Amino acid sequence: MADALLDVRRLSRRFAAVDALKAVDFSVQAGEIHALIGPNGAGKTTFIHHVSGALLPDSGSVHFAGRDVTRLSMHQRVRAGMARSYQITNVFLGLSALDNVVLAVQGRADAGSSFRFWRPVRDETALFDDARSYLDQVGLSSKTGVVAGQLSHGEQRALELAMALATRPQLLLLDEPMAGTGPEESARMVELIEHLARHVTILLVEHDMAAVFRLADRISVLVNGQLICSGTPDEVKNDAGVRRAYLGDHL
Amino acid sequence: MAFYRPASWQKPLSLLLLCAALALPSALAAFGQEFYIGFATRVLIFALAASSLNLVLGFGGMVSLGHAAFLGAGAYAAAICQQAGINEALLAFPAAMGIAGLFALVVGAISLRTRGVYFIMITLAFAQMAYYLFISARSWGGDDGLPLNGRMTLAGFSLADDAALFYAAAGLLALAMLFFGRLAEARFGRTLQAIRENETRMEALGYPVFRYRLVAFALGGAVAGLAGALLANLTGLASPNLLQWTQSGTLLVMVIIGGVGYLYGGVVGAAVLLLLEESLVGVTEHWHIILGLLLLAVVLFAPKGVAALFGKRRG
Repeated sequence: MADALLDVRRLSRRFAAVDALKAVDFSVQAGEIHALIGPNGAGKTTFIHHVSGALLPDSGSVHFAGRDVTRLSMHQRVRAGMARSYQITNVFLGLSALDNVVLAVQGRADAGSSFRFWRPVRDETALFDDARSYLDQVGLSSKTGVVAGQLSHGEQRALELAMALATRPQLLLLDEPMAGTGPEESARMVELIEHLARHVTILLVEHDMAAVFRLADRISVLVNGQLICSGTPDEVKNDAGVRRAYLGDHL
Repeated sequence: MAFYRPASWQKPLSLLLLCAALALPSALAAFGQEFYIGFATRVLIFALAASSLNLVLGFGGMVSLGHAAFLGAGAYAAAICQQAGINEALLAFPAAMGIAGLFALVVGAISLRTRGVYFIMITLAFAQMAYYLFISARSWGGDDGLPLNGRMTLAGFSLADDAALFYAAAGLLALAMLFFGRLAEARFGRTLQAIRENETRMEALGYPVFRYRLVAFALGGAVAGLAGALLANLTGLASPNLLQWTQSGTLLVMVIIGGVGYLYGGVVGAAVLLLLEESLVGVTEHWHIILGLLLLAVVLFAPKGVAALFGKRRG
């Protein structure tokens, strides 16, 4: 599909003797929430790494917003409008929530160069004002001054999301945003993702099937490095191959 | 490690120390101890060199075992400048910084593609290559080094007097510390420290991590070059020994004793190490043993360094 925001073509990657990804064709349309599901070890995180640029494929290509980004490094893809959150919380634990997001804002192209050696960051009020707006979006307005290490797990997940948002992405790659969260936090996260989806396209990797079927516009199923099905939630739910390989255990 | 944030007393204390330093030459002269002015200058110069390594190691998280190469490059650059007829420090010192910085840029551009132990080894290898290059360079004195033909002038004032060189070193160290202090809290320093803490996360926020590391590495090299130029003026010689790996090790030890990632870690470390060396050398020729024990004590009881004992550092 030519107008897809993210278009992955025949992406393959081999680790030693294991074919981690086998000629995966995959696309995400602008504006949708696209969920990627599959059993443990199916290659979901590996796939996300190839989309974000953390790993490079053996063959195949990644097109983003009409541009071939296959050989671009991770930071170049972020600058192009692709942001990711991590499966394992990956924030600066020694910094306050606000300072974490400020780092994300500061890294943006429109925030100007970070090769500035003299003016203290704390005097750059524009950075802080902008950063606050992202903490507001994820519901952390009251925690701006709290050191990230002291936030609850769910709050750290939300902070992680705020940092990704602060890069102003067109596409948000969420790698198991509900991982390790309790039912209450999960429900909040689902609401949050629904809210964010109004402004940004989302590629969601998630094990929580209730959340996936509530959120996703389209779902793709990855099993053993192969994409076995891609379609609407109903199509996927009723696909015999998917039921056999994966969903049978979950529905 | 946490991000740098100065304690409230740091600024007044450093100003106080600066005033004390300015009074030192006259005080020593009053007691007839002029000999120690040279020693004090040596402390200041190594404080500058160790601080430049602290930028790379403490703030940038890059464990370089080749930092002395840039110290040596600066010393030789100054001596070669003088040979070429440039006796003015306002020209020779920036030239030394430029040469050392450029050298660091090249070394960094290659070394920073590696991590961990490989980075340590490759920086060491570059420094040893430079060491053997200078040893074999006949026209620059080979083994014997390149002697200076007297000290330089700074803005027309002669540095021949020990006190004059001391003031020059104190002024340059103060400027460097002011710069490093501002840098640490500015965008560049925050970025650098965040990269030290979590490189992947910074990549994922869109930062070209390699470029920030490289600039910090080159900046550290340039300031080490300035220290080298001062040292050449102090000792009257650009010696190949300055580039030896043991010298890089000494700088590392200074930073570790003083406090990795603390603004004044390099200054404190250089002062402690050189003062100990100076006082122990008179007591026993086996002073290295006592030094070793001290290093053990620091690692065991003050693993964050001496500077850390005086204040907390939070995010």
